[in-house]
Amino acid sequence: MVGIVGYGADLPRNRVRVEEIAETWGTDAPAYKRGLGLEEKSVPSPDQDTVTMSVEAARRAIRRAGIDPQEIGALYVGSESHPYAVKPSGTIVAEAIGATPECHTADYEFACKAGSEGMFVASQLVASGAVKYAMAVGADTSQGAPADALEYSAAAGAAAFIFGKENILAELEETYAFMTDTPDFWRREHMFYPKHGGRFTGEPAYFKHLCGCTEGILKKANARPEDFKFVVFHQPNAKFPQRAAKMMGFSKEQIEQGLLVPKLGNTYSGSSPMGLSAVLDVAKEGDRILMVSYGSGAGSDGFIFTATKKLEEVQDKEVHTRFLLDYNKRYLTYGQYLNYRGKIIMNLAD
Amino acid sequence: MDPQKYWRQIPARYRLEAYKCKNCGKVFFPKRLICDNCKSREFVKAEHSDKGKLLTYTVIRTGPADFQDQTPYVIGVVESENGARLTAQIADVEPENVAIGMKLRMAFRKINKTGDAGVIMYGYKAVPEFE
Ligand SMILES: [Zn+2]
Repeated sequence: MVGIVGYGADLPRNRVRVEEIAETWGTDAPAYKRGLGLEEKSVPSPDQDTVTMSVEAARRAIRRAGIDPQEIGALYVGSESHPYAVKPSGTIVAEAIGATPECHTADYEFACKAGSEGMFVASQLVASGAVKYAMAVGADTSQGAPADALEYSAAAGAAAFIFGKENILAELEETYAFMTDTPDFWRREHMFYPKHGGRFTGEPAYFKHLCGCTEGILKKANARPEDFKFVVFHQPNAKFPQRAAKMMGFSKEQIEQGLLVPKLGNTYSGSSPMGLSAVLDVAKEGDRILMVSYGSGAGSDGFIFTATKKLEEVQDKEVHTRFLLDYNKRYLTYGQYLNYRGKIIMNLAD
Repeated sequence: MDPQKYWRQIPARYRLEAYKCKNCGKVFFPKRLICDNCKSREFVKAEHSDKGKLLTYTVIRTGPADFQDQTPYVIGVVESENGARLTAQIADVEPENVAIGMKLRMAFRKINKTGDAGVIMYGYKAVPEFE
């Protein structure tokens, strides 16, 4: 039996409101809020990046697991905003949590599903017996081009999961992957901002793969929508996962707890993993959880977990994800936001 | 800072590795050669507590070149739960809200970077403890 033995999340304190961005560009804020279901998004401080948030989330996961980090035999960081173009994020994270040197590491990239890719590989390495514990982190500090629709949602956050065979918090019941070659969103080398295919990002991209993966894993596990207490879908905005849930027969109650996007934004590789962390914060023994990621390019990874008694014992050992969402918040002006994200050239004081 | 010097400091910067005097038990951070309490030269590796409180602080308004983009920022002396003291930047709190005695926890942050092409230097900063 394999499952999650530790988990944790992290996100920055800064927020920028949809109104703040809309005012700058003279767009209709209420229309964006209605259309995307977004209120505000997280913004990293200048001293935060994918690596720092990964380390914080990883440390919380280790403390919840109560394991010796030296026993983590594999560590994968999935992100589309690795701080270096060449040099792994994983080595820094592994060194910071004390998992080196007997540890295999790699950085994954697959738009918004790089985090769940790591979860897929980490869980299977533990299942095969190759390593005792394996950690997967999904983290991003995503950038949308100024005035682009993505600027309203591209946010920052991280979630980390440790897989193991003992003292399981959430047993992994089933996994499933679904992908095709679909150019709905991309960023070429040396380009600062990504490009996307506009309306193409909906039906043939998000819905086809997310729904295909959900239907596939339900069939594989011989399960029905009503068998789950919690369902977490990738959340580039609030509308897409809500619509997908309705299309496939899931209720509002099932997706509510894991739907962080209205107040968090789209944390890309951190998106569905952070939603899962918020679900693990409150799930009770026996609750079944379905998580389906989506990454442009395009594909989805699906997971079915069942919460154990042990989960209830460790939930309050560390801060809950929804607590972080409301804690020590600071609202930025559009100018501060541009400066924090390095979108403008500032003159330094003498 | 050159990458080699940064690399040598990684255990202290990333994991707050402290050293405890084998003879009298005093904890040092970073590592020392001789205990200033009992003159012993034998130390064992000790975990530095990641929780502490603020002893004193100053607000930096004109910083060194590498830190100028962060001004104003706060530098403080933090006493950890196991008695060791260290100097750290106090982040995630506005300078006017910093107070002596405030509870802090150590967080992993970017300290500075060597221009746009150099090594990114990570390490610890103290941030307000969760309430
Ligand atoms: Zn001594």
